[in-house]
Amino acid sequence: MLKYQFDWSVVTSGKYFEWLLSGLSTTIQLSLVSVVLSFLLGLLIAVMRMSSIKPVRWFAHGYLEFFRNTPLLVQIFFWYFGSYKILPTVINDWLNRTNFEFGAAVIALTIYTSAFIAEDIRSGVRSIPKEQLEAARSSGFSYIRSMQYIILPQAVRITIPPLINQFLNLTKNSSLAMTIGVMELTYQARQVESYTFKGFEAFTAATLVYVVLSIAITIMVTYYDKIVLSPMKAR
Amino acid sequence: MQTGFDFTVIWTNITYFFIGRFPHGALGGIALTLYLAIVACVLSFIGGLFLGLMGISHNRFIRYLSTAILNIIRGMPLLMVIFWMYFLLPALLGKTVSESWTVIMALTLFTSAYMSQIVKAGVEGIPRGQTEAALSTGLHPWQAMFYIVLPQGLRNMIPSFVNQFVSMIKDTSLAFIVGVSELTHVATQINNRTIIYPTEIFFFIAVVYFIICYAFTSLSRWLEKRLAWRK
Repeated sequence: MLKYQFDWSVVTSGKYFEWLLSGLSTTIQLSLVSVVLSFLLGLLIAVMRMSSIKPVRWFAHGYLEFFRNTPLLVQIFFWYFGSYKILPTVINDWLNRTNFEFGAAVIALTIYTSAFIAEDIRSGVRSIPKEQLEAARSSGFSYIRSMQYIILPQAVRITIPPLINQFLNLTKNSSLAMTIGVMELTYQARQVESYTFKGFEAFTAATLVYVVLSIAITIMVTYYDKIVLSPMKAR
Repeated sequence: MQTGFDFTVIWTNITYFFIGRFPHGALGGIALTLYLAIVACVLSFIGGLFLGLMGISHNRFIRYLSTAILNIIRGMPLLMVIFWMYFLLPALLGKTVSESWTVIMALTLFTSAYMSQIVKAGVEGIPRGQTEAALSTGLHPWQAMFYIVLPQGLRNMIPSFVNQFVSMIKDTSLAFIVGVSELTHVATQINNRTIIYPTEIFFFIAVVYFIICYAFTSLSRWLEKRLAWRK
């Protein structure tokens, strides 16, 4: 084994530090945009999945099964390379003028994650006693309104820990965006490695960021469980 | 819409999608995807068993060590684990490691962390009375674990293992990044060669992955129902 000279200054200062920093900033942007969109889409799919109209329910079911059982990478490639054939020309032209790598990554991450979020929300809703919905309906709320005002606010509170886990997964999954050239954290770590041959330092820096993020989120979930959920269950 | 769809590109390359250049060259495509998933799954079952048992050890330091390993692995994206393996394995072993084995080792390390949680939950789900009874009949704690608790726990873990296998099949697509010619890599090759059929190609492999994964997901649900019914 060759003697490896460690040089941490490569990743703590200067140009390469800035590369990693800009990578982190892209990772955060990508994750935040996808988090918000996938939560909204997941909510919609979850409500559709529990709808009393059969075709709507079937559509949501197919959506869930298809996107959960397909690799994210393939979905990213599909939207990035293949979406031009299924989109109108106007949108294609517009996409080509913008930063389409980022857009394709957002679309893929959003759709993939929304399928998991929808299932989490659904199991949250299931844990709300049926009588709540019946009581809401009998006091004159429509299905949509009783979901909106009675069921979902409670379900979301129970679903928050699994949701936070999904968002953590999303942040980690956003590393796959590097395959289509989005310059996020993993991409930049690799870039630093190929420019300096200091792979150990570059990957350690990137790994540390991911691990710290994930441990911080895990601690948050644990506290949320203790402070918010345990009193709710005890009631 | 730009053009119509033309799925003949799938049909002309169908054997390449399924087995790569085999038997005239290396195995690839769907066959390699399944091979990677199966080998990594078996190895990560062993790794998961090991890490899981460490997690319920009576020795505090072993327990802390397993928690630390778990948190680090689970905090990392799989892609990062693959890159680590890609340049650490040759440095540690002092010789080159094939891309397939790099990916298998990365998948094994990554999935062991998740498998260990399943093992831990499975073992903890067996009533304590079982262990106590085994110990009072004179079995060594290790014997109690391997002959009494684990065999019962394993049966309850099977559905979760199958789910983990499904994740594993999806995760093998990342082998693309280091150039292992599994299904996703084969698809990008064909896409690069034919250029104008990306929609058809990526839709096709998405469907292939879906069929395989959905079959196993359904199996896991069926097993879960059967196990629940037996209780």
